[in-house]
Amino acid sequence: MSSTPILQGQLDEEALDQQLKALIADVLGLDPAQAAAFDADSGLFGHLPELDSMAVAGLLTEMEDRLGIVIDDDDVDGEMLETYGGLRAFAQAKLAPL
Amino acid sequence: MISTWNISASGDGSAGEELLLVFDRGRPARLLILPAWFDEANKLRRFTVEVMRRLDAAGIDTLLPDLPGCNESLTPLSEQTLEGWRTCAAAAAESLGATHVLAIRAGALLAPEGLPGWHYAPQSGPKLLRGMLRAQVIAAREAGNSETSEALLAKGRSEGLTLGGWPIGAAMVRALEAAEPALAPGQTAIAQGQLGGPGLWLRAEPDDDAGQADALAAIICGGLA
Repeated sequence: MSSTPILQGQLDEEALDQQLKALIADVLGLDPAQAAAFDADSGLFGHLPELDSMAVAGLLTEMEDRLGIVIDDDDVDGEMLETYGGLRAFAQAKLAPL
Repeated sequence: MISTWNISASGDGSAGEELLLVFDRGRPARLLILPAWFDEANKLRRFTVEVMRRLDAAGIDTLLPDLPGCNESLTPLSEQTLEGWRTCAAAAAESLGATHVLAIRAGALLAPEGLPGWHYAPQSGPKLLRGMLRAQVIAAREAGNSETSEALLAKGRSEGLTLGGWPIGAAMVRALEAAEPALAPGQTAIAQGQLGGPGLWLRAEPDDDAGQADALAAIICGGLA
């Protein structure tokens, strides 16, 4: 939505958590409260029926736009998509070394 | 309100009759709608028509022509080119007597230069391709096949390819790689943030949002007042 990437280093853990939950709610049309209740073990791909391959692609593209990161084909694996914690750890790792 | 329009035989030869959804009551303001493409077209179809209904109530005619290769068209999608669609969009504007244009997402790549109007959440060709290639790669992995975006794109450039069920010709793929929406004089961009909610094309399943339709219609009414 917003095409202004967040400046590097500006994003602390809490802000990333909120942003990622809002993004998932936007893509899947979830109630924001439902997304806010996600914890590290909450299942994503394979657990949420709305999250098919097209939706995953939309989710990753939106993560690139909103977080200002680039996600390669090779980055995408079952682990990063299986749980909310996996996705958050992936986003953190992408942001961290910059 | 369901009609047809005819594409003349000039241009790239994509002559034929296509469907046309209109609210046409012969009023002075006539807005050509160029909808989103491919999967986003489905996600945004109801929203697009909801905006048209609101504009009709506000005294504005709206014209939503199908382009060749889209929806019920008899012409194969795989034969369509960016230039061909641009020619068709301009031909539709002229034959339907449009005074303004509302281009939605990748539809902005086709907005006729001569019409004032709006680009709603315009999408570039490279971003459109990137999202569709990514979906294809992920779907292939689920099926146990390994594909890469680079390899798919290389194939697409030379022989075309099917992404998410949409057969896209090689000329279209090559053109999209460099296609950026450009605002012509009198055209302005409407950012998604102005509609007060997340874009409906993001949704995994088609959805509706009356508030966003109200907001977009209000922006257009304000611009035409």
